[in-house]
Amino acid sequence: MNGAEFLVKFFENKGVEYIFGYPGGKVIFLYDVLGKSSLKHILTRHEQGAVHAADGYARVTGKTGVCFATSGPGATNLVTGLANAYLDSVPLIAITGQVGLADIGRDSFQEADIMGITMPITKHSYMVKEIELLPAVLEEAWNVAITGRPGPVLIDIPVDVFTGSVDFPSVPQRIITRKGPAKNGLEEQINKVIAALNQSKKPLLLLGGGVVASRAWQQLKDFVEYSGIPVTTTLMGKGVIAENQKNVLGMVGMHGIPAANLALNSCDLLIGIGVRFSDRVTGKPQNFLPNTPIVHVDIDPAELCKNIDANIPIVCDAGKFLTELLLGLKQRKVCLQLDEWYSQISDFQQKYPLIYEKGTTLKPQFIIEETARIAGEKAVVVTDVGQHQMFVAQHYPLGGTRNFVTSGGLGTMGFGLPAAVGAAFGRPGENVLLFSGDGSIQMNIQELATVAYNKLPVKIFILNNSCLGMVRQWQELFYNEHYSQTIFTFNPDFIRLAEAYGIKGLKITKPEEASGVIQQALSTPGPVLIDCIVDQSENVFPIVPPGGGPHEMLGRWQGETHISRIG
Amino acid sequence: MRHTLAVLVENQPGVLSHVAGLFSRRGYNIESLVVGETEDPGISRITLVVEGDEKVIEQVGKQLNKQVEVIKVNDITGEKTVDRQLLLLKVAAEAAVRQEIMQIVEIFRCRIVDIGKRSLIVEATGDEEKIEAIIRSLRPFGIQELVRTGKVAMVRGAK
Repeated sequence: MNGAEFLVKFFENKGVEYIFGYPGGKVIFLYDVLGKSSLKHILTRHEQGAVHAADGYARVTGKTGVCFATSGPGATNLVTGLANAYLDSVPLIAITGQVGLADIGRDSFQEADIMGITMPITKHSYMVKEIELLPAVLEEAWNVAITGRPGPVLIDIPVDVFTGSVDFPSVPQRIITRKGPAKNGLEEQINKVIAALNQSKKPLLLLGGGVVASRAWQQLKDFVEYSGIPVTTTLMGKGVIAENQKNVLGMVGMHGIPAANLALNSCDLLIGIGVRFSDRVTGKPQNFLPNTPIVHVDIDPAELCKNIDANIPIVCDAGKFLTELLLGLKQRKVCLQLDEWYSQISDFQQKYPLIYEKGTTLKPQFIIEETARIAGEKAVVVTDVGQHQMFVAQHYPLGGTRNFVTSGGLGTMGFGLPAAVGAAFGRPGENVLLFSGDGSIQMNIQELATVAYNKLPVKIFILNNSCLGMVRQWQELFYNEHYSQTIFTFNPDFIRLAEAYGIKGLKITKPEEASGVIQQALSTPGPVLIDCIVDQSENVFPIVPPGGGPHEMLGRWQGETHISRIG
Repeated sequence: MRHTLAVLVENQPGVLSHVAGLFSRRGYNIESLVVGETEDPGISRITLVVEGDEKVIEQVGKQLNKQVEVIKVNDITGEKTVDRQLLLLKVAAEAAVRQEIMQIVEIFRCRIVDIGKRSLIVEATGDEEKIEAIIRSLRPFGIQELVRTGKVAMVRGAK
């Protein structure tokens, strides 16, 4: 059996259904074998599209995404996608072809040291220099990608390892790596958490992507129902618990829901689960809740005390922690009295609701609210990066499981369209709603071809404000309105562009058109692009200015037309 | 504070770049790094001297542990250890001062491993203090070339 056949067989045995990729010189042989297998290959129009699609697929299914690329430029085109998956802990395997063993290190045609390049942005990267090592490397890479905190793994394979043959069953299994078990003092720490909860009058949960990675929806629901502790999430945790509930306050952070940020600032015990206390949540870490005891639960020990000091750090899977803590609370018959806390929260909500000016102009928030109203919380929602991403996080209440796909850590413009491709393959029969901007969409616009060719039911909402809205907003607020290089005085005609790809194009220019067009888009089978011409001057509020605490939000409060700071 | 970490890793290509790369990209300060095979040829031991406060060292340890090829990380800073560096030093040695240099070499119990017309090469092993002392003592004669390894360290056996 040759190396390519072994590789393809390996993925078949792992239950992989789709490979997202792009062929090239050093993977011709692999593609020859792939074409004769049961694996379905999705040809994107750029390697970056392939890796983001594999990423989107992994996020909506919980399975491992797989992508192929050739050596050199094919491999380097994966870099952004790998970094994106790394920061959001998405399980991914990237296979790259490499020049032949004899040509390595000689600056051969289409040679790049992709293993070296991707070292800091993958969970691990391999180069397989002996065909005999292929089985062990593949098995280990697969395990590395999915165990503990998931992440992307790259395997670089020289062309002669694909073409070379070996009798694999007779190859002795080689140990690639060995690791000692991690320590776990869960029971003791759970007792500390219960003691802290007993002391607390205003506890608060902060949930992140780790809860999704742990598939802990049910455990979370049970825990929240029993304990009654109010819930906030990070961007990556959005939708992990149905957001249309009284005790779910929404996203915290730089553009968090005002009441969620105020609750964060007022709580007397914060329990962060599967979060990494990124700077978008904490602002300056030194100023983040300096006097509030913090319980920090993460499966990755390196996250604990990395950005903020936790009083009770716990290395644990989110689901297991929630189960154990719930058990402990029940055994000790702990019943939290939270009425006062909820009445304070409800004051926050009434005093500082999330609002925007509804006028005659078309607001991006309105498009999102209308879509949410019509499509409901069960849709698969994908975003690109920028203002529209924050508007979706604020204004589209989600529920279900794995229904929100967004580039959280890396903030990759151009992620949305290819991620929506992956999401559509991962969730057949469901509408995929992509919210993008006129900036982001043009960063991987070539994937319209993939969407069109595969007739994917992706509804592409371009919240078109003819500018790079988020940067423009910062220039307005913090750079004396000097709009350097952020206003697009030229944009293509997105409708005609869509039509050139054979995709239906619709347009919304006025608020009163929105609901009709959105309904039409959602009921049209296959892809639809909706060009929404929205107010250029709209900003994302609230905003916690750089260095501020979570409560120091700028926004329009209580009918004021000017922007002011809370507190 | 300076910490000495003994890190057991798989003896594989790429492992050193993984470890060294980690230090540069996370902004940790590496003072010295020595790597070599252990009693098990499949395992190498990296001795790292790192500068940082407790928090930084804790992160360094955790991040090292996350590397796939890292088997075990031991902070042996507070332990009773034997630690050694190796020094090779070429010192100017005209006939008039040769005797004096050789006396110094003898006092420090190091060795002369090469005798040139106008220079000597001194080889020394010892802990950092001793190595520094030798360099200080020979500096007045004129050091022509100097090379030294980082520190290797081993925890003493139970007494």
